[in-house]
This record gives sequence, C-alpha cells and structure tokens, in this order.
Amino acid sequence: MKTNGLLHRSAVAVVVAGLAFSAAACSSSGGGSSSGDNGKASDAAAPLDPATKVTITADCQPPTTKPAERKQWDDDIAAFNKIYPNVTIKATDGSPCEEPAKFTAQLAGKTQPDLFYAYFTDTNQILDAGGAQDISAYVNEKTVPALKDIDPSVLSTLKDADGKLYGLPVTNYKMGLIYNRKLFKQAGLDPDKPPTTWAEIREDAKKIAALGNGVNGYGDYSATNQGGWHFTAELYGLGGKMLSDDGKKVAFNSAEGKQVLQNLYDMRWTDNTMGATQGLKWPDLMTQTSTDKLGMYVGAPDDITYMVQTLKGNYEDYGMGPMPGGKSALLGGDGRFFKKGSTPDQIKAGVAWVNFKYLTMGKGQFDYSRNKTDGLPVGIPQPSFFGGASLAADNTAKAASATVPVQNYAPYVSTPVPGKTEPANAQQLYKVLDAAVSAVLTDKNADIAKLLTDAESQANQVLSSLQ
Amino acid sequence: MAGTISPYKTNRRSAPAGSGSAGRGAGGRERSGLGQKVRRNLSAHGFLFGALVCFGFFTWYPMVREVVMSFQKTKRGRTTWVGFDNLRRIFDDPDFWHAWRNTFLFTLLALVLGFALPFFVAVLLNELRHAKAYLRILVYLPVMMPPVAAVLLFKYFYNPDYGLFNDILRTLHLPTSAWLNSPDTAMVSVVIAATWMNMGGATLIYLAALQGIPGELYEAADLDGAGLLRKLWHVTIPQTRLILSLLLLLQIVATMQVFVEPFLLTGGNGPQNSTMTVVYLVYEYAFDLGGNNYGVASALGLVMLVVLAGFSALYSRLSRNSDND
Repeated sequence: MKTNGLLHRSAVAVVVAGLAFSAAACSSSGGGSSSGDNGKASDAAAPLDPATKVTITADCQPPTTKPAERKQWDDDIAAFNKIYPNVTIKATDGSPCEEPAKFTAQLAGKTQPDLFYAYFTDTNQILDAGGAQDISAYVNEKTVPALKDIDPSVLSTLKDADGKLYGLPVTNYKMGLIYNRKLFKQAGLDPDKPPTTWAEIREDAKKIAALGNGVNGYGDYSATNQGGWHFTAELYGLGGKMLSDDGKKVAFNSAEGKQVLQNLYDMRWTDNTMGATQGLKWPDLMTQTSTDKLGMYVGAPDDITYMVQTLKGNYEDYGMGPMPGGKSALLGGDGRFFKKGSTPDQIKAGVAWVNFKYLTMGKGQFDYSRNKTDGLPVGIPQPSFFGGASLAADNTAKAASATVPVQNYAPYVSTPVPGKTEPANAQQLYKVLDAAVSAVLTDKNADIAKLLTDAESQANQVLSSLQ
Repeated sequence: MAGTISPYKTNRRSAPAGSGSAGRGAGGRERSGLGQKVRRNLSAHGFLFGALVCFGFFTWYPMVREVVMSFQKTKRGRTTWVGFDNLRRIFDDPDFWHAWRNTFLFTLLALVLGFALPFFVAVLLNELRHAKAYLRILVYLPVMMPPVAAVLLFKYFYNPDYGLFNDILRTLHLPTSAWLNSPDTAMVSVVIAATWMNMGGATLIYLAALQGIPGELYEAADLDGAGLLRKLWHVTIPQTRLILSLLLLLQIVATMQVFVEPFLLTGGNGPQNSTMTVVYLVYEYAFDLGGNNYGVASALGLVMLVVLAGFSALYSRLSRNSDND
C-alpha cells in the first residue's frame, strides 16, 4: 500500500512542527525580558490610572459563529473603554480558547498573547516554560473587589509553590452526575432523585439499559487522558487521593481506587449496562446523552449547555446530581494568565479587564438579564468560585433571570460536596490511568489489582523523572 | 580558487559562443570568473539559494535542533543540558517498549496486507479486458478521500453495536467482533482501514510496472506451456522486482512512522494502549502530557531515526548482495 505518502507526511509534519516550535523556544529561552518584574513595583498595588495609554493582546474573543457572545464582548469592550479610554485590547477569537497542542507550542515559542487563556491544570506547564508573570502585587481588593469571596482552593490553582499568584480565575466547574431525565422517566425512576452512591447508580443503570434499543445505563471516557481524568473524579468522590501528602508518590492504589475500577468493571461486564463501544472521549458521552442513548455519566454543568447549544438537545431533558460518593468533587476551570515580560501598565490593564468582564457581579458574564435577552442560558450552576456575599448575590440574580429549569439541578446545588483540585502533573497521571480504565472496559479478564499496581509503579516512575 | 569550481561547466558549454570570452579575455579568469558565472546564472543561483534557505531552515535546522534538544531539558523557562537523562527516561518508560512492539506489529500486518493486496489487485486489473479505466478509478478513489472522512466512515463500520461489519457478520450468523474496542482486534482493525485508505496508490504503481513488461515474455511462456501461476512466478515477479523492492523499503519506513490512522481511529492509544505507536508516543510527549517534554520527544525521535536509518542501510546492503548473486 502506498501507505504512506500520507502517513509519512503527517508524521513528519507533526514532528517537524513540534521541533520547529520548540527550537524557536529554546533559542529564545533565558531571554525572557523581566522588565515587568521591577518596573514601578512600588505602585503595583494601585489600580490602573484611567489616563494611561496601553495596548494588550488577548485571546478567547468569542468567534463570530457565536453572535450573542461576540456582541456581548464588543459591548463590554466599549463599556470598559468608557472607564479606560486609552486601553486598547487587541483580541483574537478562538473556539475552543485552548487547543492543548497549539497552546504547548505557543508557550514554547513564547507567542502567547499578553493576557492568555489557560486551564487551571496548565499552571505548572506555564511556570515550567517560564511563560507567566507574577501578578501577586497587582491583585488586591482595590483592583479586584470580589477577591475575598473567591474560593481559596480555586485561587491556589493559579499560584506556584511559594504562593505567588500568576493568574485570575474566570470560570470553574465542580463535577457531578449528569443524567437524562427523559430516560429516567421511561425507566420508571424519579428524575428528581438521582442516585448518589455507586450501588444506586448500578441499580438505576440496569433499569435504564433494560429499555433496550441501544440505550446504555451508564457511560465513561477511557481515551485521550480523559479516562484518567474521570478516574480521578470518581476516586475523589469516594474519598480517595491521587497523591501522597508530600506529592512525590501516587496514592491511587487504594481501596477507593479499586472500588472505582470495580464499579466500572461490574457495570460493563456483569450488568452489561455500558455497551460495547468503549474508548470514548469528550464529547462522546454528551452526544449519546443528547440522542437519548445514555442514562447517566459523570460530568460538569457546562456539558448541559453544550448538549443544548451545540447538540440541539433540550434543557428540560437533563438533570444533575451531586458527585457519586459525595466525599469530594473534582474541581477545575480556567483563568487568564499574564505573559512574562508584560509591563506593569499592561498587567494593570489586564487585571482591570478581567475584573470587569469576569469578576464583577452584574457585569460581563454576570449580567444575567442581558444573557436572558440574548438567549444565553441563565441558571446553569457554574461558575461556582464565589462564596460569601458574592455567592448570595449571584444566586439571587441568577434566579431572577433564569432561562433553564433550575430545579433540575437542585440535587446538585443543594448537596454541598467540597471541591478538590486536580493533582499536580495531572495529564501525565491521567495518561497512565487511561490504560487501566480502558482495560476494565475492554477486557473481560482484566485483573484490577494488577492494573492498579502497574499503573502505580509507572506513575511513580513518571513522577520521579519529573522531580 | 575559482578554477576549482566546476559545476558551471554545462552552463558554459551551452552559453552562446563568445559570450564568456570577454571575462576570460581580460585575463582575469581567476579573479572575475566566479563573479561573472554567478551573474550569468543569476536566476539559477536565485532558485538554488531559495531552495537551500528553505531546506536549511525547515528541514536541516530542525533536525540539528532535534539532536541538540535530545540532551536538554526546559524547566522554569531555563534550558539546561541533561546528558542522557531524556534517553534514560524513554527507555524506562514501559510505553516505549509497548509502542515499539505495536509499531512492529503494525508494520508486519501492513506489509502482509498492504504489500500483497495491491499487487494482487494490480495483476487482476492488468488482466482485465473490459472496464479497465473505470475499475482503476474505483481502486484509486479511497486515496482521494480525506483521511478524516475515511476514518469516520470506518469508525461507523466498526461500531460493535450498530456498525456495518457486525451487521454483516450477524446476517451471516457469524460471531461478531469488538473491532476497535478490544485490545486483541484493535490493531488489525486499524491496519484494515489504513490498507483500504492507501492501497490505491501502490496499485497504480504496480500496474504501471506490470504494463512495462514486454508482451513477448508472456507469449514465450505461453509457448512453453506455462500456466497462470508459473507466468506470475517466472515472468511477472522477476520483471517487477525492482519496483517491488523499492516499494517494500518505502513502505517499511513509512508504516513504521504510522500516526494518522491510530490517532484518528482510536485516539492514539486504543484499548489498553494496543494501538499506541512510536510516533504517537513522540506526539504524546511533545503535546499531550501538559509538560515541557520536548527533550524527551526529541530523544525518542532520534531513536526512531537511528532505527530507520539502520534498517535502510541493512536493507540496501542485502539487496546489493542479492543483486550480485
């Protein structure tokens, strides 16, 4: 077969692209300007002077294919410029905001914008690449008034080991159980009372799978590191830990870890409620749920938005319950980081913009009445990084303009499960665990104890090589 | 000095007589010869320079960087030399051996299927009397299909619940397969899809080679009373040996770098890493692990380069020996 012009070219393209980017990175490494570090450090804590003329680049402008979000962005820039007429934000659009491979290449090539999008889990990678500026001095209750209400566990994901802050949170999520209310009703289950333990999930999954016609009771990911991600979420739910207290060894080879794999194995092979198609990755579970082929899966609230807006499902059909097990729920999200070498004025302008657009009640993303007018969902339980007065104000405002059936998420919202952030070096660990999750879902003879022991030694090896 | 530069000979010969005499006549051949030759062939040198810059920047420089980076690590924005640490890390990674085993398995299966099948199809096409052009287009059609579309198609065919292949097996009352969803069958499924997607090109090359075989040879074989198989063995294969061996080498080198099909069909790893190949591992280190693992990725790329270069050298040695036999 001529396999292979194509294979060859693609492979070479990938390798060459990687090398070219990284080559660019290396040649400029160490050259990262640190002018922003010193600059006017004395007045870093003061908010941006409205008369300052400054330009920043930013990513994640909503694309024109999302007209409502795009219009809101433009309106917000205009409103922001009324306060800071001399700040120019040069934005590039993108959806998704971060493509991991491109993002890695950008970091290596130091071509990320001044204000850039990143997942919470990217923090270590960004710091290792020397890609972000310490903004601790710039962030205080004057520049970000809601700072005291932001969940400390969220802020900690944007800090380094010494407690220096490198970014501001923009949205976040806490995982729970997403389920198809339509299938619940068809299977004779109460859609307002989702299962909260794995034993209950197994029972309900059997009833849903009994509907036949290719309907599965429960689904889970097992590819592209998402198997490991969900393993972690389910481990947290049962009270397990991914890492030892000193962070040097993994701790998932535990009773809870075994329980996670055993649940999956039982549903796949004993109950036959998971279907034969495995190796699923984002957004396969959403696709199955929105076509009424899947009863339940572990996910984050914005999955519901995706199922409605992109996959054309109905809000009425989906509900959300707390994370099974209920001990703790994996917490993730994204923030904006500031490129290393940004000037103090650029950082101040960036902080002011993020505060205006993403962290002020009633403005930007929290302008619920505008979202309602523009046909965007209001009432999805996300973001949830505020506590205190901000949370109360947020809940009141959300309820007043809700466009989605808020009561469908009542079991999730009213069950307080503490959030727990992803482990350090998450992607490396997830990759190792993908293999274990994929094994229990594709191999009837899978030996769970051995899978976990193998994964443990492999993950410890990876961790030690990263020290 | 200029006298030693001779690649311009041909140009000089083809240049109009006398056009070069001025420079030489001035007695300054040593001094002005080179400059003039460059001037005279300005456009050729322009192209040469452009090509050298492109190759240098996009091909050779990254290769050199790869070697350099194999011995480096980036941490907190600082690049340091780490000696053989990156190599040690990949040799310690159980996925490394796993990926090589999968890669060799893919290469083997791809050769058994992908090398033999196009040859067989080419022989069939060559023997056809009617609808030749039509069938040739049909055979080549999959190559023109974008890989992503072809992969989506096969993903649907392979679906264990409602896919076409299991439907056919069920209709025939045969046991169904999990295809991409089982570690036992995932790699074979990937090879089948890859063969379907790529065999058209190889078929056409074989067909061209077959059509270059003089008809008299077959007539002579006919007179000697040779059957179809004997003609294939004694005429067709010896006559196409050169093309066959060249394609074999190219295919081995190319199939060992397989990436697209497993990446798109199984997300790269497949059930229990059963379709994880070496190039996918390079990709994973470089882009998928959320770290700054370019050094490790480069080291693995380097290992791959050494293996393939060694293999090519061995192959050309063997084929030279067999040519001498």
